[in-house]
Amino acid sequence: MSETRKVLLAPIFANNPIALQILGICSALAVTTSVNVTIVMCIALTSVTAFSNLFISMIRNQIPSSIRIIVQMTIIASLVIVVDQILKAYAFEMSKQLSVFIGLIITNCIVMGRAEAFAMQNPPGMSFIDGVGNGLGYSVVLLFVAVIREFLGAGSLFGVEILATVNNGGWYIPNGLLLLPPSAFFIIGGFIWILRTVYKDQVEESEFTMKAHVKKEAM
Amino acid sequence: MEALISLFIRAVFVENMALAFFLGMCTFLALSKKVSAAIGLGIAVIVVQTITVPVNNLLFNFVLREGALAWAGFPDADLSFLGYLSYIGVIAAIVQILEMVLDKYFPALYNALGVFLPLITVNCAILGASLFMVERDYTFSESVVYGIGAGVGWALAILALAGIREKLKYSDVPAGLRGLGITFVTVGLMSLGFMSFSGVSL
Repeated sequence: MSETRKVLLAPIFANNPIALQILGICSALAVTTSVNVTIVMCIALTSVTAFSNLFISMIRNQIPSSIRIIVQMTIIASLVIVVDQILKAYAFEMSKQLSVFIGLIITNCIVMGRAEAFAMQNPPGMSFIDGVGNGLGYSVVLLFVAVIREFLGAGSLFGVEILATVNNGGWYIPNGLLLLPPSAFFIIGGFIWILRTVYKDQVEESEFTMKAHVKKEAM
Repeated sequence: MEALISLFIRAVFVENMALAFFLGMCTFLALSKKVSAAIGLGIAVIVVQTITVPVNNLLFNFVLREGALAWAGFPDADLSFLGYLSYIGVIAAIVQILEMVLDKYFPALYNALGVFLPLITVNCAILGASLFMVERDYTFSESVVYGIGAGVGWALAILALAGIREKLKYSDVPAGLRGLGITFVTVGLMSLGFMSFSGVSL
């Protein structure tokens, strides 16, 4: 049980796919301008990761290692097609907003990385949980970014206005920078900073250390 | 002709794959520590991009698009739902073929690219360019120009970042921000710089 818990919860903060493993950043930044879109993206990614882990782990003993990448790609791409078709059928507006980013789940390194690093060595049940855990780790970062961007950038959450903006006769002047691409980088940089202040062991070694300043007289 | 040049400029600067759409970020951040590695990866991306986008364009227009199979006697067939699977298959196959060709005829270039070539298969910038091409309905010649432009833009971005990071490692960064954190902030600033191109058009 504790093993299962560890597999599920470790990726959320201690071994976060985005902040520590540098996986899946590509789509993480572009879809975070509004919370609604982000949630759909998170659900899509978590389910693709979980199920691709499950299926790849089920046939892991039958896959010849020389063609495993192609096999994994095919499984992942098929799952993404399913997700894309479901979105197109039931949430067409949303699928238009996400445009190419649903398709880009195929090359999202989290899916591929977890398939390669976890599902190829572990039984199906455990792999499924690992997929869910990593999907959640991705979702936490995305939601953190999306909440900040939508709240400060547009004064609303889930599309509902919370801070009355000047345009609508309120007082809040929205910070337009937060709706532009670069802000996502700053927010994720800050998120990593917070995370690494808490988990000190994640801090990277610096390649060069600054020599301490020496007073003239002492030389 | 003018339209094509304008498309190229837009693909390189305004719609820069890495800095405006955040595509190919994983390799972008992971492999930008050294300028030499960045050059190798950049060239590989340009080459693959230039080949895959037009090939996927042909595939889309003559096989997958609704009614595209009329030449084979299936005027009602609509295979566009197979898009993702086919594009990634084409990309994986082309990378594989390119690797073999380079190994046989241009061993020097092959050795220079090394491990980066297979890595390109999972680079979102490659698949992203193909998907944008389909979404925007580019013609064949437009897709060639767009492929080159997207590749050049990405290569330019990773080169610039690698140059900055090579100097950055001598600076005194707060402990928690060291490494990945400060790289994110740097990329953010670069992205801000590239936004100033957003009004440019020919």
